[in-house]
Amino acid sequence: MRAMEELLLDGNAAAGLLAQIFVPDVTSALARCVHCQASAALGAVALYQGAGSVLRCRNCEGVLLRVVSAPDRTYIELTGIRCLELPLA
Amino acid sequence: MPSSAPARRIEWRAARVIETRDETPHARTLVLDVPEWPGHHAGQHVDVRLTAEDGYQAERSYSIASAPSSRYLELTIERLDDGEVSPYLADVVQPGDVFELRGPIGGYFIWLPQLRRPLALIAGGSGIVPLMAMLRLRAMLDDAPSAHLLYSVRSPEDVIYGAEIERLAASDARLSVACTFTRRHAPDWNGYTRRIDRMMLEEAIPALGESPLIYVCGPTSMVELAATELVAIGHPPAAIRTERFGPSGTNGNR
Repeated sequence: MRAMEELLLDGNAAAGLLAQIFVPDVTSALARCVHCQASAALGAVALYQGAGSVLRCRNCEGVLLRVVSAPDRTYIELTGIRCLELPLA
Repeated sequence: MPSSAPARRIEWRAARVIETRDETPHARTLVLDVPEWPGHHAGQHVDVRLTAEDGYQAERSYSIASAPSSRYLELTIERLDDGEVSPYLADVVQPGDVFELRGPIGGYFIWLPQLRRPLALIAGGSGIVPLMAMLRLRAMLDDAPSAHLLYSVRSPEDVIYGAEIERLAASDARLSVACTFTRRHAPDWNGYTRRIDRMMLEEAIPALGESPLIYVCGPTSMVELAATELVAIGHPPAAIRTERFGPSGTNGNR
């Protein structure tokens, strides 16, 4: 079994997955963590990929967002994002 | 890709292989014709989807190697022996073959030429690929900011784009390149022969006072280490962009 650290990626690796849900690219958007109030671009936060994809705050490790894909639908939990700040092109 | 382009959902497209080019014993470049490709930024990636005869699908992300203005899209694929997708792309696929791809993807790990700060690029293994797109774009600019590349590979045979990087550096006094060989090196090599560490980062990339914009791409453990040391040196976290691609050797998700 692989260690947790080895499953660690960056939020930018979830950009394709998130593009199935959000039309503008959200990995360049700033997300404020509901747990610790830290702000970071979603592309910069920690991504763990297992059965689903989990984005976690790098400051407090709290869960920000979780996506699970089933064959016919996608489940998305926005557990820990207080505010998403999207730059408008 | 013009930033004023309206946001729209990315779609799967058919990519046709025009040409393949061996880069190292483990990596191959695919030159692809993708009809209606909307253009990309240096540093972005694509998702590739393969479908087996029984309907089983496997999807992986690959960084784009070509400059935004190039006619064809180029991906460089490192073969992972236990991989589901990379052995097909690195060994099997031939000119004329078609597979599905969507992109460009990602707005975070990108370099835009209007960013005027000195560029520091730190690559581990095939982590060079998105950074090469940045170097190729930079080489076309008239007044490019200075750039420093620090490239960590296991052995001389694992250097991807070696000849092109040498050529770029030889013709550009504002581009400096440092390589480190972590396992094996030529007998006459007098450069670095260790993993990236703090001293190497202090020597090979612009000092704090120059406020470099830093891009780090490679296996997760290498990126973790480089990012931690960069912050310890004092580089602001906001100046450091990272792309981890999983465990080294197996890098699981490719």
